[in-house]
Amino acid sequence: MNELLHQTLSGLATGGIYASVALALVMIYQATHHINFAQGEMAMFSTFLAWMLLQAGLPYWGAFALTVVLSFVLAAAIEFAVIRPMHKAPELSVVVVFIGLLVIFHSLAGWIFGYTIKTFPSPFAANAWYGSQLMSAHEVGAIFVALVMVALLFSFFRFTPLGLAMRASAQNANSSRLVGISVGRMLMLGWGLAGAIGAVAGMMVAPVVFLDPNMMTGVLLYAFAGALIGGIDNPVGAVLGGFIVGVLENLIGSYVVGTELKLSVALVLIVGVLIVRPSGLLGKKIVTRV
Amino acid sequence: MSHLLEVRDLHARYGNTQVLHGLNLDVAEGQVTALLGANGAGKTTTLRALCQLMVQTTGSITLDGVALNSRNTEQIARLGVGHVPDGRGTFMALSTEENLRLGAFSRARREGLAQDMDKVYGYFPRLRERASQQAGTLSGGEQQMLAIGRALMGRPRLLLLDEPSFGLAPLVVKDIFAIMRRINQEEKVSILLVEQNAKLALDIADTAYLLETGRVVLQGSSADMRSNDAVRRAYLGE
Repeated sequence: MNELLHQTLSGLATGGIYASVALALVMIYQATHHINFAQGEMAMFSTFLAWMLLQAGLPYWGAFALTVVLSFVLAAAIEFAVIRPMHKAPELSVVVVFIGLLVIFHSLAGWIFGYTIKTFPSPFAANAWYGSQLMSAHEVGAIFVALVMVALLFSFFRFTPLGLAMRASAQNANSSRLVGISVGRMLMLGWGLAGAIGAVAGMMVAPVVFLDPNMMTGVLLYAFAGALIGGIDNPVGAVLGGFIVGVLENLIGSYVVGTELKLSVALVLIVGVLIVRPSGLLGKKIVTRV
Repeated sequence: MSHLLEVRDLHARYGNTQVLHGLNLDVAEGQVTALLGANGAGKTTTLRALCQLMVQTTGSITLDGVALNSRNTEQIARLGVGHVPDGRGTFMALSTEENLRLGAFSRARREGLAQDMDKVYGYFPRLRERASQQAGTLSGGEQQMLAIGRALMGRPRLLLLDEPSFGLAPLVVKDIFAIMRRINQEEKVSILLVEQNAKLALDIADTAYLLETGRVVLQGSSADMRSNDAVRRAYLGE
């Protein structure tokens, strides 16, 4: 029983990371109806940046904050330089660009930082009071960080004029322009935020899975499953989905298929959701009267 | 009477399809100017051209001496042009109140937002009742009110209205047109009104232009237009 509880809680911890990456995916999907397949690799690259800053002697939270800012700028720059010129291109071309970005970041990280596996520190001391037999301090901390991030984003979108403008331009670009919103800038901002969220997720997962260019490959797949389960156009759903996938992955991995086949759980979930309920658990169907 | 908006030799096209062929048009400060014409005459395109929305243009458009045609849509909105677009442009998944808030986005300063919201609710009490409702579930008339309210929130100097009567019941149309007249007088907003229903438009407009295949073929005061034989036969059905 204790073991089951432990597996569930530890699933919640990885779930928090999937939830974060799923949130980053939804962020870009909502605004552009594209899945950024390079999201995971961008997060991995960000984590390497954090590692570099730590090597340079910065304190953890200093490196953390700087990495978030740098990742924001990097992702916004990618939107501006690579994605924006594609805005009239067919769907498939955009997908190819995303895969191109994935490969570029993967190789770039390997080329600059090497393929050897590196340890990445956790900001949460192993013997902290909130750690226990059931859940390590880092697991508790990672869940906390994910929840804080979700709360911040929710408040941003719900209560600030800029957040409202971002939601508006995702929905109706022409009407947004007519009220004076620069839709291009909102897209850039969306990419920046997604990049920053990914960076946080990367830094939270790295202490667990260790840092190397392949770090996020599996995470992205789980995050994608999470986003689909929750509803690819719904941020709350994506977070919920991320946690569900984290727990399912851990439980099914420990009790049913074993750790080697864990990744296939994500694939089964993706296919299952697409067949049974394509709009996800909380996927929104917008009611419209004409 | 000074002209708030001056349009000279305006050409507009969608890709390779030329729609406007050298349009000249003035909107006098504080007046209601109507743009009449049949389907496909280029009325909606004219409004889009003024806002550089979806069309490529040549020619000159000035708002109180400031050239508009070198600017993009969002900059033009910030200069005080409120556009109530064809199809109403509702943000369907947002609430009524959020739709109105967005209207104020172009304003540099946020103060006075609550008063402006009250003012819009004063013109359209129905919107207050629907404040927290998802805008996509509003009726056609309510969405039209919302679109006008959204444009008003930007405190425009010039209001462009694209067929506000489209698809609405006659009683609702009557209400909306009465309120538009009030807005014109109380808010000192100049209005350029595009309408297929010539009778309605001439009732509230001071001057009018008649468009045919992308050119102005007739212009004059509403009274002159109403008594013009060609207009009576083709557009007033008399």
